[in-house]
Amino acid sequence: MKLTSLMLNINGEDRTVIVRPADTLLEILREKLGLTGSKPGCLNGDCGACTVMVNQRTMKSCLMLGVEGEGTEITTIEGLKGTPIQQAFVENFAFQCGYCTPGFIMNSQALIQAHPNADDEKIKEWLESNICRCTGYEEIEKAIMSVIKNPGT
Amino acid sequence: MIPFDFEYYKPKTIQESVDLFQTLTEEGKHPVFFSGGTEIITLGRINHLYTEAVIDIRDIPACKVMEFDEHYLYLGAGRSLTEIEDANYFPLLTATSKEIADHTARNKITLGGNICANIFYREAVLPLLISDSQVFIGGPEGIKAEPIMRIFDKKLQLKEGEFLIQICTERKYLGVPYVTVKKRKQGDTGYPLITVAVLKIDENINVAISGLCPFPFRSEQMETYLNNSNYSIKERIDLAVKHIPDPILSDTEGSSEYRLFVLKNTLLDCLTELERGNM
Repeated sequence: MKLTSLMLNINGEDRTVIVRPADTLLEILREKLGLTGSKPGCLNGDCGACTVMVNQRTMKSCLMLGVEGEGTEITTIEGLKGTPIQQAFVENFAFQCGYCTPGFIMNSQALIQAHPNADDEKIKEWLESNICRCTGYEEIEKAIMSVIKNPGT
Repeated sequence: MIPFDFEYYKPKTIQESVDLFQTLTEEGKHPVFFSGGTEIITLGRINHLYTEAVIDIRDIPACKVMEFDEHYLYLGAGRSLTEIEDANYFPLLTATSKEIADHTARNKITLGGNICANIFYREAVLPLLISDSQVFIGGPEGIKAEPIMRIFDKKLQLKEGEFLIQICTERKYLGVPYVTVKKRKQGDTGYPLITVAVLKIDENINVAISGLCPFPFRSEQMETYLNNSNYSIKERIDLAVKHIPDPILSDTEGSSEYRLFVLKNTLLDCLTELERGNM
């Protein structure tokens, strides 16, 4: 087995891990670093449950090798604390089973950061990247809209 | 989990990449060039692809360009589709790209990766085919420039050890009228049934199609009929579809008969819209 030492900046901290170059970022986050907020779903880039931010852009961590993350800033759901979008998910009951929630929140947070005044078309374009198996889309949309319309709350 | 190990290289120059490929090949490591890498990761995970070394080209400056000179727009093969969409230098490419996969996936999928992928659809190539773009290719024989229409036959015809560096498109194509339509089996997500990209330049219509056959294509023979104004649009389409290359796909997304039906209707919409000057 080929192993390599890797320095990853995750949630503002430099973390050194020994990995296979073939390990995905998702596997490293969960199995080497204990950051289990990013969820393994389809493992094929379809469901978005494993979404993180890499240099402020959303990334499906199952579609990225860990070695690609060197020199970047990676943010996982554990790196978000008390953001308006997290509060909005609570207030709008934007959960059912909750498995897709970290991915949706990461995508929503990136959207709000990149496009604080996103219109409906932009929101739809971004949110199509994530799937909620419980089909709780109405509440998720309400949560996102509440933050976009009231950015200070 | 990807069930096999590989080495990861990120060279800084074209020559270094070419040399690496040669060395790794001699060592029996079956190297592959890696741009966005989404297909390598997803196919590798299910054992449909095997390699012992990947060569990531995204640190090569020529693969990162996104700039103009007096006559051309240059887009690096290592640029992600969303970077290209955000810059929006080529609106037809932006509009076609926005229908590929989903927004988050397009942060990872690159222009070069999509064009050189194994997947049938490879829709990013459609605007480049109909704009007579040129591709720059690096390989053991150095760097060469080729018209994409000459080197894209079902797929980009790369020789062993060659890789796509960048694509350049003449400025005159960037602002012309266009229509790009993606038809899916159902809804707004999922693989395409048919994607059609059409542009109009010098009163001529150029058309490229994806999802109809197991490869994207532009057929100049079909265009000859589609541009024959002696016939009605419907008659032109009926004549043109007789020259679709074989085979027409028939799968769970749609039968070949249904694909043909959808194509004819989509072409009718596209041509009508362009002739109305209504884009």
